[in-house]
Amino acid sequence: MRGNLLLAVDGLRTHFFTRAGVVKAVDDVSFKLNRGEVLGLVGESGSGKSITGYSIMGLVDPPGRIVGGSIRLSGRELVGLPQEAMRALRGNRVAMIFQDPMMTLNPVMRIDRQMTEAILAHADAGEAAARARARDALVAVGIPSPDERLAAYPHQFSGGMRQRVAIAIALLNRPDLIIADEPTTALDVTIQGQILYEMQKLTRDSGASLIWITHDLSVVAGLADRIAVMYAGRIVEQGSCADVLAAPAHPYTQGLLDSVPSRNPRGARLRQIPGMAPSLMALPEGCAFRDRCPRAGRACAIAPEMEAVGAAEAGRAVRCHHPLVPHTVEDA
Amino acid sequence: MSGAEAPVARAVESPAKRVFADFVANPTAVFGLALLALIVLLAVLAPLVSPQNPYDLAQLDVMDARLPPGSATADGGTFWLGTDDQGRDMLSAIFYGLRISLMVGATSTAFALVIGLTMGLCAAYFGGRVETLIMRVVDIQLSFPAILIALILIAVLGQGTGKVIAALVTIQWAYYARTVRGAALVEKRKEYVEAARCLALPPVRIVFRHLLPNCLPPLIVVATVQVAAAIALEATLSFLGLGLPITEPSLGLLIANGYQYLLSGKYWISFFPGLALLATIVSINLCADQLRDVLNPRLQR
Amino acid sequence: MSVYVVRRTLQALLVLFVMSVLVFAGVYAVGNPVDILINPMADQIEREQAIAALGLDKPLWEQYTTFIEGAVTGDLGRSFVHAAPALGLILERMPATLELASAAMLIAVLLGIPLGLWAGLKPHSFAGRSIMAGSILGFSLPTFWVGLMLIMVFSVMLGWLPSNGRGPTVELLGVPVSFLSLEGWRHLAMPATNLALFKLALLIRLTRAGTREALLQDYVKFARAKGLSNARVILVHVLRNILIPIVTVIGLEFGSVIAFAIVTESVFAWPGMGKLLIDSINLLDRPVIVAYLMVIVTIFIVINLLVDLLYSVLDPRVRLAEAKG
Repeated sequence: MRGNLLLAVDGLRTHFFTRAGVVKAVDDVSFKLNRGEVLGLVGESGSGKSITGYSIMGLVDPPGRIVGGSIRLSGRELVGLPQEAMRALRGNRVAMIFQDPMMTLNPVMRIDRQMTEAILAHADAGEAAARARARDALVAVGIPSPDERLAAYPHQFSGGMRQRVAIAIALLNRPDLIIADEPTTALDVTIQGQILYEMQKLTRDSGASLIWITHDLSVVAGLADRIAVMYAGRIVEQGSCADVLAAPAHPYTQGLLDSVPSRNPRGARLRQIPGMAPSLMALPEGCAFRDRCPRAGRACAIAPEMEAVGAAEAGRAVRCHHPLVPHTVEDA
Repeated sequence: MSGAEAPVARAVESPAKRVFADFVANPTAVFGLALLALIVLLAVLAPLVSPQNPYDLAQLDVMDARLPPGSATADGGTFWLGTDDQGRDMLSAIFYGLRISLMVGATSTAFALVIGLTMGLCAAYFGGRVETLIMRVVDIQLSFPAILIALILIAVLGQGTGKVIAALVTIQWAYYARTVRGAALVEKRKEYVEAARCLALPPVRIVFRHLLPNCLPPLIVVATVQVAAAIALEATLSFLGLGLPITEPSLGLLIANGYQYLLSGKYWISFFPGLALLATIVSINLCADQLRDVLNPRLQR
Repeated sequence: MSVYVVRRTLQALLVLFVMSVLVFAGVYAVGNPVDILINPMADQIEREQAIAALGLDKPLWEQYTTFIEGAVTGDLGRSFVHAAPALGLILERMPATLELASAAMLIAVLLGIPLGLWAGLKPHSFAGRSIMAGSILGFSLPTFWVGLMLIMVFSVMLGWLPSNGRGPTVELLGVPVSFLSLEGWRHLAMPATNLALFKLALLIRLTRAGTREALLQDYVKFARAKGLSNARVILVHVLRNILIPIVTVIGLEFGSVIAFAIVTESVFAWPGMGKLLIDSINLLDRPVIVAYLMVIVTIFIVINLLVDLLYSVLDPRVRLAEAKG
């Protein structure tokens, strides 16, 4: 099941051309995702993780624009794809779930129409067939009395229920890839766990790949196969979830891990990353993290490239001159 | 104490200066302001800049009646905008008309502002029955179009300059009362007003030192819009023959006078006063639009 | 739902009652009722007879009862000028005004919503900016002057359209209407356009603001993420949401269009009830003024009631909240 490449993002650059200047929201981002794999895309707000998701969906709005790089889904190039072809992919092969379930469903439309239109946009199914599929999808995400719920409006649902409906809609056309943009952040902690569990189960059952965007490392810990950490529009570290969490290579990843409460001994003081995330319009020369980095040295005035670290077969890479895990020694 | 709410970062700069700087940043608004200044200047200086006194019958000659724009006068001058049915120079009539229109608009706005401000502050400060009564009247009044209320008042009161102003005041005060009450209620809930109350400061002091200054920005915007609305409404009433008397011909009356000659192709008697009216209203509305942005606290910082 | 309808109707009746007290107080107590209700040309004896006949020597509350009794049975006094029941005169002219107002509202809606939508979707484009500049002009143009200029251009200079009147009317279900004949259309075109301008500007601004607001909402992005076509996202998801406030405003503004028709009717000599009102004010035909007042207040209250009911049908959130309450 694994090892079959689904998505290859290479050198993606998405910039926003505002009156105040060019915001390089995503700047040279590359990663690969296999079928059935779960990627945790981690970073602070403003790190470009959501814009990466929107770029894959083809949903970057002006003044934003993809200015370079390639996004290949099952070998097909998505950058520069005509609008209609991109539309046919959206919600069909690639689906997205948003952060705030209170806002993602249209408040003045019934659930059934919001579900069936997603089916009918991609298939010539009849109204009745589409409705039956919508009903099954609600059952699959664990919504009781689905027939009644289909005729309801969003405001009659709780937050957790609405997110389940959004997930059901994303899964309707059995997409190859689901992009989940912090779908549990706006929910109560108990509901968070349930949704997390459901998502994991549903994607595993359907064989879909999942990109889980979050600022919270502890959320991806039990969910993701691989992790990519973003900082200031770039991926600074990626590798398997277990490796990265056990021994982070980038000082920023280390900083993120230190600020997760459960990972620290009881009573120990939580460490914070000093300073604030830099403005994307005024990044420091060289490594974007150097102003906040405890390991920064003179070499950091030159921007580091992505380089392999650790054991060669682990497939880890980091963008740092002074990684916490030694660079991979290449076999001669 | 009254300065407690002033944003610290802006403390060096006076608010009026900042508003002015923000205002002139928009070329369209500057154009509106310049146009308005010119119009006001012409209206104020009408007796000095007009080629003739249009209401001095000795200066009029029926032989000059209904001359097209550009016609020569008897003493070698030019009727740039033509003459009306009594041989009156339209340009002079427009300057004098502007004077009357602006005067009626400004006077009614000033009276309405004072009444509306008082009512709004009373409603916000006292609350309870007073508030319910005032706001219910405001609501009912605002649910009917201004022109309807004006016509009914004119029908009941009779005609005359004072009565037109009274009608305009009656219409406008409700807008100010609603605006002031809204702004004052927001302010009233803030802690420093509570604190002032706890210090047993007299109500007048709380109202004038604390509530009033904070109501001014939205009030200025509404007042600007309302001046334009009052001028337009007065012109409409005068056009319908229910506004100002013939002895005080505002722009609306000038336009009405030209109505009967329009069908025979003598457009200038109605056209030019209308243009002056339009320029006045557009210039005020352009200023109001920019003021709305500049004074909106949500768009600042 | 039906509980809501009943309660809302009772409220409307209450407002109507209060307004009738106000109209009564305004006409009978503030002004001199003798002047208002009795032909100013009458001599002393006639005046005294009339006072007795109208019961003006009785206490106020008794007079009010008489006024209401009359009003309920459709008797709002007789016109001095036309020597006919005032209410009958108003109702006779009402179809003309309603036709004019409906045509104007139709123009404003059919042009205003698409233009506002366009300006909202492309706010920084040349078209978007032009539409907004046009709407400021629409707000600033004095209605009556625009009417004159329309007459000047289309009647005097081009000679395409008639400058006044309603033209020949055709009976539709016993009501005379203009829009069923070409000549009627030619008469209707200018006044309706004139009356529409202000509301057109209003609808453009409202639709644009609503569209810009809606486009920022997550549900629009989610709808696009579902792979819906742009047309469907805009025409179904965006439009449905902004239509709720817009329909409310259209409904409420219809009353104001009827009132503003007073001006347009005067410019184009359109034989509606607005023109009748102006004529009556000029001729001091006060019973007609009172009748107009009661009719227009009733129209306003009915419109407010209908809009509230419509709003609750359109917005599921309101509908359910009301059903529970």
